[in-house]
Amino acid sequence: MFEQIAFYLFSILTIGLFLVTVLSNNILYAMTSLASGMVLIAGFFFLSGADFLGVVQLIVYVGAVMALYAFGMMFFDVTKVVKENNTSNVLVFVFGVSIALLMVAMFAAPISPEVIFASVPPEPNATNPEAVGMVLFTKYLVPFEVAAVMLLIAMIGGIILAGKKMDKSLTKTEDENIIQKDVK
Amino acid sequence: MIGLNHYLIVAGLLFAIGLIGVIRRRNLLMLFFATEIMLNAANVAFAAISHYYNDLSGQMFAFFIIAIAASEVAIGLGLLILIYKKQGTLDLDDLASMKG
Repeated sequence: MFEQIAFYLFSILTIGLFLVTVLSNNILYAMTSLASGMVLIAGFFFLSGADFLGVVQLIVYVGAVMALYAFGMMFFDVTKVVKENNTSNVLVFVFGVSIALLMVAMFAAPISPEVIFASVPPEPNATNPEAVGMVLFTKYLVPFEVAAVMLLIAMIGGIILAGKKMDKSLTKTEDENIIQKDVK
Repeated sequence: MIGLNHYLIVAGLLFAIGLIGVIRRRNLLMLFFATEIMLNAANVAFAAISHYYNDLSGQMFAFFIIAIAASEVAIGLGLLILIYKKQGTLDLDDLASMKG
């Protein structure tokens, strides 16, 4: 009973919040609604028994990724209203939904439910984080290490890309820069 | 009772919302938000299937998707800052420099 209430509440709220993200013309509204939608997605993970995944979603997505976006905001002019294409929204909705349906049909057509079987069943008498740890460090050890190297490369790349010319301000207008030079 | 289909329908709806965003948006930062929505929709579907088939592989895939999304954001935001420094805008139509 409570599971049903929670599921329907989460699904309605996430769909609404992500619609705000997609349709809003203000970057700040889009970012805050995306962050709160991510929190509710973590609720889906808890509902489907993936406790560890939900915690990782909260820490990585809501904590790290959204904070990174919020820091990125400092470099862009966020108060400006974003211009959008003048194409009709109805056309975009029809195309979006039909492409999504097409992709689902494409990927789901060759799969029949009878041939799906559990290749990695969770350990009995183990809580979800324990079972995840056992599988992650045995069967998925190599992808785990590769993901670690990939994250390291991404970190170095991000620092190198964004760190160039950090002493110059992007948001100050020309006049402010001139005044600063005069003071010096 | 909530079944697997309920979760898959919600995931499909979220994916469609993300796809609508990718088609509709002209600002590069908003395009990034839309791709995040699509990645999250895939994660919801993976977690639900992992629960209903009693198999941990789906959760593992969701973990790696989260790791890839995190590195994508780190690199992508660096590139966006570079583009903004160079061009002064994030609008896709203004960035079209090759006139055919």
